[in-house]
Amino acid sequence: MEIVTSPHVLKPVSITRVMGQVCLALLPGIAVYSWLIGPALLLQLGIASLTALAAEALLLKLRGKPVSPFLMDGSALVTAWLIALTFPPLSPWWLTATGVLFAIVIAKQLYGGLGQNPFNPAMVAFAACIVAFPALMSQWPAQGLSLSFGQQLEVVFGLAPRIDALTAATPLDAMKTALKMDGVHASVQELLANQTLYGTFAGRGWEWVTSAYLLGGLFLLWRRVITWHVPVAFVLGLLLISGLCWSLDPARYADPLFHLFSGGAMLGAFFIATDPVSGCTTPRGKLIFGFGAGALAYLIRVFGAFPDGIAFAVLIMNLCAPLIDLFCQPAVFGKKKEAP
Amino acid sequence: MLQKLFKFKGGVKPAYNKHQSVGTPIATAPLPSRLVIPLHQSIGGTPQPVVAVGDKVLKGQLIGAADGWISAAVHASTSGTVTDIGPYLVPHPSGLSIDCVVIEPDGEERWIERQPLDYRAMAPEAVRTYLQQSGVVGLGGAVFPSHAKLTPSRDVPMEELVINGAECEPWITCDDLIMRERAAEIVSGIGLFRDLLQPKRVLIGIEDNKPEAVAAMKAAVQTAGEPFEVLAVPTLYPAGGAKQLIRVLTGKEIPAAKRSTDLGVQCFNVATAWTAWRAVAHGEPVINRIVTLTGNAGKPRNWEVLIGTPMDQLLPLAEPAPDTDGVIMGGPMMGFLIPAPDVPVIKATNCLIAHSPTLFPPKPPEMPCIRCGECARACPQELQPFELYWWSRARNFGKTQEYSLFDCIECGCCSYVCPAHIPLVQYFRFSKSEIWAREKDKKMAEGAKDRFEFKQYREEREKAEKAEKLAKAAAAQAAKKAAEAAAAAGSEASPAPPADDPEAAKKAAIAAAMARAKAQRAAVQPRNTDSVSPDQAEEIAAIDARRQQAGLEPPAPSPEPAPAAAPDGKEA
Amino acid sequence: MELLIAIAVMALGAVVLGAALGYASIKFKVEGDPIVEKVDAILPQTQCGQCGFPGCKPYAEAIVKGEAEINQCPPGGDEGVRKLADLLGKEYKPLSAEHGEEKPKAVAVIREETCIGCTLCIQACPVDAIVGAAKQMHTVVESLCTGCELCLKPCPVECIDMVPVPETLDTWKWKYPVIEIKPAEGRKAA
Repeated sequence: MEIVTSPHVLKPVSITRVMGQVCLALLPGIAVYSWLIGPALLLQLGIASLTALAAEALLLKLRGKPVSPFLMDGSALVTAWLIALTFPPLSPWWLTATGVLFAIVIAKQLYGGLGQNPFNPAMVAFAACIVAFPALMSQWPAQGLSLSFGQQLEVVFGLAPRIDALTAATPLDAMKTALKMDGVHASVQELLANQTLYGTFAGRGWEWVTSAYLLGGLFLLWRRVITWHVPVAFVLGLLLISGLCWSLDPARYADPLFHLFSGGAMLGAFFIATDPVSGCTTPRGKLIFGFGAGALAYLIRVFGAFPDGIAFAVLIMNLCAPLIDLFCQPAVFGKKKEAP
Repeated sequence: MLQKLFKFKGGVKPAYNKHQSVGTPIATAPLPSRLVIPLHQSIGGTPQPVVAVGDKVLKGQLIGAADGWISAAVHASTSGTVTDIGPYLVPHPSGLSIDCVVIEPDGEERWIERQPLDYRAMAPEAVRTYLQQSGVVGLGGAVFPSHAKLTPSRDVPMEELVINGAECEPWITCDDLIMRERAAEIVSGIGLFRDLLQPKRVLIGIEDNKPEAVAAMKAAVQTAGEPFEVLAVPTLYPAGGAKQLIRVLTGKEIPAAKRSTDLGVQCFNVATAWTAWRAVAHGEPVINRIVTLTGNAGKPRNWEVLIGTPMDQLLPLAEPAPDTDGVIMGGPMMGFLIPAPDVPVIKATNCLIAHSPTLFPPKPPEMPCIRCGECARACPQELQPFELYWWSRARNFGKTQEYSLFDCIECGCCSYVCPAHIPLVQYFRFSKSEIWAREKDKKMAEGAKDRFEFKQYREEREKAEKAEKLAKAAAAQAAKKAAEAAAAAGSEASPAPPADDPEAAKKAAIAAAMARAKAQRAAVQPRNTDSVSPDQAEEIAAIDARRQQAGLEPPAPSPEPAPAAAPDGKEA
Repeated sequence: MELLIAIAVMALGAVVLGAALGYASIKFKVEGDPIVEKVDAILPQTQCGQCGFPGCKPYAEAIVKGEAEINQCPPGGDEGVRKLADLLGKEYKPLSAEHGEEKPKAVAVIREETCIGCTLCIQACPVDAIVGAAKQMHTVVESLCTGCELCLKPCPVECIDMVPVPETLDTWKWKYPVIEIKPAEGRKAA
């Protein structure tokens, strides 16, 4: 006899709903991004989604797990979208597909599927691809480059040779390269004066994409899909370290606002570092996790070799998450004074 | 008078569904055709039956006497004849049967002699015993014997007495209605508790979704001129959990390992206060209670029901809809589906909810935990349910205890909010009962080990004592022999002391032991069969023959018992 | 010179650490043979001898010495074997069939009308759970009986039965939750 236990009523919530809300929150960012880049982004989203769902279904079948409930949970879609949004939008289709396959097959399903992955799958894919294909992963469309949808299609599917205009770097990367170049003593202020590359408070155009991500993140906070701890700590970590460097040498280090609205900072703070599976779960743990990810992201993007530091920062913090949680166990009701 | 209220963390707000059953006043349920009264209705010892099959009993007559201090008496709910005493199905998630007294009512409802009690003139100890004999137990659902809770801690002065009228579970309205209609008696009952516990303050907590009950209680307190504080607490499940209500009203947090009296607080349900007052002021033991009949029903209402009423005779009063496929006893958050429709109403039955698939849709399939932490945010005990789940699933019970499994009050908030639809509470119940079973086994094993070791020690000691005795006897005999020999020889030489000839003494001892063993064997041989009946003798012979055939044992006379073991048997 | 300093530093470190280790080994010295105690604590203490040793402690000692396998204790059951494997870092083995099989818990009950009062079962009971005197009827104290069955054989009139212990409200346990998603269901859906 199967015992039906209490509670007999459940809140109308599900993993599908949680993931759906995450996807919904990404929409403003996607809209602004595709307005900036062109329809190629939507193409990449499509490629990533299809690959993810196919890989997930195949792996679930191979593992002898039920396919439909897990395919419907939407977690593969979130991973796919994050990959499409963090990879260069005009990267060849196979690069996106490889990234997604790596994320779903190796970083997620081989660890046991939904809820079992110790690392954020999308960031594992990003890290793997940037190590394996450093050149392709650093080719961003140059500012003001306007290609028709047809041209973009050709580029993505490798029908046309990869044109020079594609080999640009992101504003963030461009600034790092410029500042690092020997002999050239351009200051941050001079670089920011470049109207084609930089806008009001960050990379031209990019500032609005990141602002849209922020909007989506606030939506997630409002819907209680995420808690404030990670994003706030992430932003705080980034602001604090960047502010410190900036106050020490404003000529060599860009201002905190620039860093906050450049690259994947907002996406990282609200959508990537908040991944519950691979992150911390205790309130204090989340604060440490977010702060660490934010601070590391700054250090890696400014002093490291990669264009942006979000992926590695999040992965490093994923590594520490279980230990952080172990030390941050909140005191139980009635036992607060005993807590060390 | 503005009282500062505290907050507890977590909590959920399920659909309350209380309006359906509060429209009509409490009514008395008709007398059922039979009453099945379980003897074990409270936490603690199982009361022993004091009636026999065929006995005529009166309404309120004692049928089960309390067994031990943590136990409460059980009474006949109406007058009639005891038709059976034996195991019957009871409302318990296990679906097991326990001993019940079945009474066929005679319809006359003849009471025992009822006498009001002047409790103020009595020693508190006597009042407690009286309440125990009246079967007063906590009617909030935990059914802990109230008299035991009315004993203040020896070293901590009582500060607050908390009266629980919060009734936070959805659908249930029995406490709401009893407060609206019988507030004066409840207040008198609270006065009784106050006199026994001597707290500094009395706080009555009622969820603010019951304004009528708050008003009625306030009025009753004012009329009685008591200094009790009636406080409306925010509606948030599980504000009616004893620990949560104590936290909200006093700011104190009771850990799982402590009794609330250790922190100077005690908590009682409003209905308990009412039954205590009926017992003291009217001499009526606990034979009925208010039960909410609701759910998938045409006429939801509260009824005053005799304990022991079969639920299938009660539920039709609420006119359940045809698609009803079960009955939940208790609320939807902590209640359980009754194992059979005819199980009796017990003291813990506060609510019966007619269950239907539309009202309580089947649970969606369980998905893996994504560690979203919703459960931790909802947990009023501030636990980490997802960690507990992880270890419970892996049956790592040591770890579950490290994560404070036993602080879990099984309120169901975590399961309620889980987006992966994991039956978290069931995992925790599973872990708890496994841990309890293991503790029991361990205690049993330790006891067995101690007794085994003592038996071994005793056998060794007896062996040593025997050997010593034999050696002494042999030595004495040797000495005697030597003396005799010396006398026979007429020698003048003094008899040699036995110590001079240890070899001879030893030989003599062995010879004596062997002789003794032979005697013992002879004594054992009949195997106490000299006084058996011819039937038994025949059976023994048959069995012996069978054994011999099976080669289990050499034929008697058996050379089996060792010399040392045989006397043991005699002495055991 | 630097080389010498390096060597000196390393040597000093070695001396300090060595002293600390030596001190710890004296200070935290464990008396007796705790591993036998630990093994004994896992064994169910039925003292039934089904393992081939005269009691649980001797079996524990034999396991630790490597003279016995960890799968010879039927009352401890599969879980007992797993616990022993865990404790000793050994490979798990299913319960060995020659030593008997895991049975539901039962207690010995003496049929009183048949008992002749021979005291043989009393002598056989390893845990003193049978009371009685010569030529008087004996009875088993149910709460103390470990169900070892050692009293069955000595009884000359075969009046002892093993009666399984029924489940009561006190011993009833919540079951492990049923995992509802099954692969087959998903395969059908796919």
